[in-house]
Amino acid sequence: MFGTTLVLALRSIRRHLLRSFLTILGIVIGVGAVVTMVTLGKATTAAVQQSISALGTNILQVRPGQGFGRGGGGPRPPDFKPEDVAAIANQIAGVTAVAPQASATATAIYEGANWSTTINGTTDAIFQVQPWPLASGRRWTPVEESAGAAVCIIGNTVSKNLFPGGDPVGHRFRIGSISCDVIGVLTTRGQAGFGGDQDDTVVMPIKAVQRRFTGNRDIRLMLVGVDERFSTSTVQAGITDLLRERRTITGDKPDDFNIFDTKQISDTLTGTTTLLTGIVAAVAGISLVVGGIGIMNIMLVSVTERTREIGIRLAIGAVAREVLLQFLVEAIALSCLGGVIGLIVAQAAIAIIAPLIKVQWLFVPEINIFAFAISAVIGVVFGYFPARRAAAMNPIDALRHE
Amino acid sequence: MGAVASNAPLIAEPLISLRGVTKTYGQGATMFQALKGVDLDIAAGDFVAVMGPSGSGKSTTMNILGCLDVPSDGTFLFRGHHVETLDRDQRALLRRKYLGFVFQGFNLLSRTSALENVELPLLYRGDEKRARRDAAMASLDTVGLADWWDHTPAELSGGQQQRVAIARALVTSPDVLLADEPTGNLDSERSVEIMQLLTRLNAEKNITVLMVTHEPDMAAFARTVVHFKDGLVERIESQHRQGESVES
Ligand SMILES: Nc1ncnc2c1ncn2[C@@H]1O[C@H](COP(=O)(O)OP(=O)(O)OP(=O)(O)O)[C@@H](O)[C@H]1O
Ligand SMILES: [Mg+2]
Repeated sequence: MFGTTLVLALRSIRRHLLRSFLTILGIVIGVGAVVTMVTLGKATTAAVQQSISALGTNILQVRPGQGFGRGGGGPRPPDFKPEDVAAIANQIAGVTAVAPQASATATAIYEGANWSTTINGTTDAIFQVQPWPLASGRRWTPVEESAGAAVCIIGNTVSKNLFPGGDPVGHRFRIGSISCDVIGVLTTRGQAGFGGDQDDTVVMPIKAVQRRFTGNRDIRLMLVGVDERFSTSTVQAGITDLLRERRTITGDKPDDFNIFDTKQISDTLTGTTTLLTGIVAAVAGISLVVGGIGIMNIMLVSVTERTREIGIRLAIGAVAREVLLQFLVEAIALSCLGGVIGLIVAQAAIAIIAPLIKVQWLFVPEINIFAFAISAVIGVVFGYFPARRAAAMNPIDALRHE
Repeated sequence: MGAVASNAPLIAEPLISLRGVTKTYGQGATMFQALKGVDLDIAAGDFVAVMGPSGSGKSTTMNILGCLDVPSDGTFLFRGHHVETLDRDQRALLRRKYLGFVFQGFNLLSRTSALENVELPLLYRGDEKRARRDAAMASLDTVGLADWWDHTPAELSGGQQQRVAIARALVTSPDVLLADEPTGNLDSERSVEIMQLLTRLNAEKNITVLMVTHEPDMAAFARTVVHFKDGLVERIESQHRQGESVES
């Protein structure tokens, strides 16, 4: 009985190919949109997580001031000093390394090419805190570091703009008022999730930057590496206590510095992209329902159009249930077909879009199964009403229908 | 064939028996009585032509005999069983098993090959694919269209379409073939071919044929002619057919 109905339904779909295609277009688009959106959403979330973990997940950023957007009035809290860096590195358990940072902007010039960039002064500790290997060249030596030698490691963006096509290592270029030897090139890190191009930088020993550019010993930022076996919040608490003591903040006076946990940022951003994915998927889901209504619409038209056919079937002895099943199975077969095509379209769309928005290609089995199941359910729900209408027809009236 | 038809004695229980059948359409002011008490017996193996003026109730009677419709009042016995009390689905099963239909407008499924059209009743009966093909091809062969099995109605002439429709009606080996003006849309030459085919089926397969027609030339092929007038059977006549002698 079911086999018969399936044969009849498939024959009918084959007989009206164009109409069948138009019928399922809504489902194709709906399923395609849902699968594409959710998959790209997941890929984006993964990309954000990846670019944050490239910053290093076990890192605390310590800055003067009360965090973003606060601490408006009053004198500016003092920057950190090299002694603070040493104190944190030596006194807090679980700290692997502390890299100070002092920054300035300057224009770099090499043989007529010039490029405005950020100079980051730091110590060799930065390479212990952050996973940031060199593409070529070497790090500076302890002697160069303590002497504040004019040596630098440049990011890929700077390298491309100043030394197009050539290896910059061993060349000397001007930056601001000084000459600087390129001793290394950093590997490409790409765009950060926030804060622009991470490769547009010139890294120098901090003493060189302080002496030649900022003119003081101030440290605007400390990057603290945390041992994996320690929790970042414990270490954060230790640093807070130490800095309050060193900056003589007593009682319930608020901190005049802030400590940022990159893991926390990562979690926040992941939560945001997941939420956005959900919203976009819901919108796409609505198009799936609209597709279902499209199926019902065309099935209803088709029932009217095929009144005579239904009359013939009833006259030669089809019982009402068989006619109902035929139309129902037809609707289900159509929407499942739409679902399958939608899945294929989605894979194609993902393959095309993913490189454009610079995320990894991804296949999420759950969402594919889910979207297909929904398309089958839509077939049942929106196919039932037209099918019941067909089955309720009177054979004589149906046969007389023009 | 049917139990009644085999070794049928001269005075057999009729295959079909209508008693006091009425049919009323509509209600109130628009109420119209199409049949006003029809009494009619049809013996198994008979070839009956139904004639009468337009609106006299011929199609209404055929629909009731074909179990497509039910009488408003009266009784309808088919092989001794009451049909007027059956529900929709029971009547559908009766049609599927014992009846074949041929319509004036052919009523084939469009965009569907002759073979698939003829197969259709077997699909509902649940036959296997092979059995379906074989029976449908045999049926097409009977009407002389075996070579045309893969043509759709649009690719067949009117006469051929009607023969496909007859093949479809035959494929289930029905007891009764009901035809409402089967030659109404055909020219006289094609009509004669169809009548010869029906005569042959009646004689060779012992199928009872009930046929509505307006044309005396077509009615001449029948053994019994039933005349309708104003929703009643006016008279019934038996007639000789070519090369056949009628007893009693
Ligand atoms: N569904 C219906 N509703 C109302 N009246 C109907 C219906 N079907 C038939 N009638 C009426 O019943 C009467 C008999 O109709 P029927 O179709 O049986 O006539 P007929 O003898 O077949 O005529 P014709 O030779 O023109 O086909 C007609 O007056 C017709 O108008
Ligand atoms: Mg009529």
